[in-house]
Amino acid sequence: MRPLAWAYLAAAYAFIFLPVVVLVAFSFQDGRLPVPPLKGLTLDWYAKVLADRAVRAALWNSVVVAVLTSLVALVLGFLAAHALARVRLPGSAALRVLLIAPMTVSYLIIALGLLAVFNAAGIRPSLVTAGIGHVVINLPLCFAICFAAMGDQQKAAERAARDLGASEARVLWLVSAPMLAPALAAAFFLSLTFSWDEFIIAFLLTRFDVTLPVEIWSMLRSGLSPAINAVGALVFLVSAAAVMLAELLLARRRA
Amino acid sequence: MTAGLTIEGVSQRFGATEVLHDVSLAIAAGEFVVLLGPSGCGKTTLLNLIAGFAEPSRGRILIGGRDMAGIPPRDRPTTTVFQDYALFPHMTLGDNVAFGLRMRGVGRAERRARAAAMLELVGLAGRDGARPHELSGGQRQRVALARALAVEPEVLLLDEPLGALDLKLRRAMQEELKAIQRRVGTTFVHVTHDQEEAMAIADRVVVMNAGRIEDEGPPRQVYLRPRTLFSAGFMGEVNRIPLDGGLSPLGALVPGNGTLCLRPEAIGTEGPVALGPARVVEAAFFGTHVRARFAPLAAPAMQLVVYLPQTALPEPGAVMDLFARDPVILP
Repeated sequence: MRPLAWAYLAAAYAFIFLPVVVLVAFSFQDGRLPVPPLKGLTLDWYAKVLADRAVRAALWNSVVVAVLTSLVALVLGFLAAHALARVRLPGSAALRVLLIAPMTVSYLIIALGLLAVFNAAGIRPSLVTAGIGHVVINLPLCFAICFAAMGDQQKAAERAARDLGASEARVLWLVSAPMLAPALAAAFFLSLTFSWDEFIIAFLLTRFDVTLPVEIWSMLRSGLSPAINAVGALVFLVSAAAVMLAELLLARRRA
Repeated sequence: MTAGLTIEGVSQRFGATEVLHDVSLAIAAGEFVVLLGPSGCGKTTLLNLIAGFAEPSRGRILIGGRDMAGIPPRDRPTTTVFQDYALFPHMTLGDNVAFGLRMRGVGRAERRARAAAMLELVGLAGRDGARPHELSGGQRQRVALARALAVEPEVLLLDEPLGALDLKLRRAMQEELKAIQRRVGTTFVHVTHDQEEAMAIADRVVVMNAGRIEDEGPPRQVYLRPRTLFSAGFMGEVNRIPLDGGLSPLGALVPGNGTLCLRPEAIGTEGPVALGPARVVEAAFFGTHVRARFAPLAAPAMQLVVYLPQTALPEPGAVMDLFARDPVILP
């Protein structure tokens, strides 16, 4: 049984990672097309991509949108989780479900809904509207992670802080947030990767300034090129780093 | 720096259940009062009302003559030592103890100095830089005490502060708590269900049961002259003998009606009240005394618990003449 199990494991990982490996491998292709055979290794495509004004602008836009929307989603999610963990209202459970519900809605539907709302309100598509879309998808995630991390120890410490004269804002800033720091950081980095990778909302809700996934899409329309692989590899690198950071932080909290 | 506390006709209900019924109590400035009772008697609820974590359904709480209605915990002149300590795990001991001072806008240098002095008071001098997780339970308890005392509250509230400690450490901390209270002079209101702890530290014991005050007074008075049967039973072992017009199953003992209460150590081979002959049912050596159960010959169904001196060697089946002192008759 043992060799079979190992073979299964290898096959599963190959299935998951083969596309990424192929993408990264052909970003080093010394030729015009990112298809076999691999003719040689070169960093030319990375140099070309990083020299491209449109790619650089999109890269920067993606960083700004990811960081800002993750911060907004984190703050809102944390405050909501803190409030719902502290106060028991008759509708607490329903409020919790409603906050997490957007997780189950497809990004396409969320994007179409927002597009309709922004159109009706006369707001033009821009990085801001795409950013709002990213807050919508990341808020439930941040809320769920923060809510799960809140426990009795932290509630007791908050009570003690109030007893010692802390205002509600200082309780949050000096006691709750530091005690939840690993969970907050994990939520932030997960949000970051979701916003960084997100295509459909950014595609429908931006126009002139675009994020990196949208820029990749427009590059794809002019045909395959190892340059696209190079951009894709860069995107993957950033996502992987953020996810690993989040995992590490959550694992340390459990330990 | 220390203030008296007045509780006037306080009732508290949670939904349909009333957990405190019309409780009134006056505590003098600098007094060490222990609220004693079984779990669910309302003692912790009363403490929470004083701290401001809840508002009473009826009645008033005054600290130093000021009505506390509508004043949140952070603005009350009280601080609490919690049963689970509730230290801030992400802060050093120095920062934990200085937290209240920081909230009151005290400067960093003075905060540090006062935190160091408070840690010294509780026997943790020089540990300012340590973190709570490096400490034992007893040490955490000391930090919680230092943190609550650092802001010089007018009233310090202690919610079963020794409940999580093992017995030996608990008895040692009791003495220390009493000594610290003497030194700082703050009014202490201490909640516990351990009557030995209550007697060891209290200036005054307040016995509570089912949301009411059953009895109150200095430990000696509450133990020797309890006002109710509950109080008599909660403060320690007691023998209850029904009395009707001065007559009991053991014959005429003392005049009166109700229940004659006799502490086990108040029964022996001499005393003003003759209980008559009784047969030893069982005896066990307890170190400080011998605990024996007797069946009086006049009423063999009744059993009397008696603490005999260490040196006594009662043989089961032997018959002794028993006498009692300090009789208390309760309705």
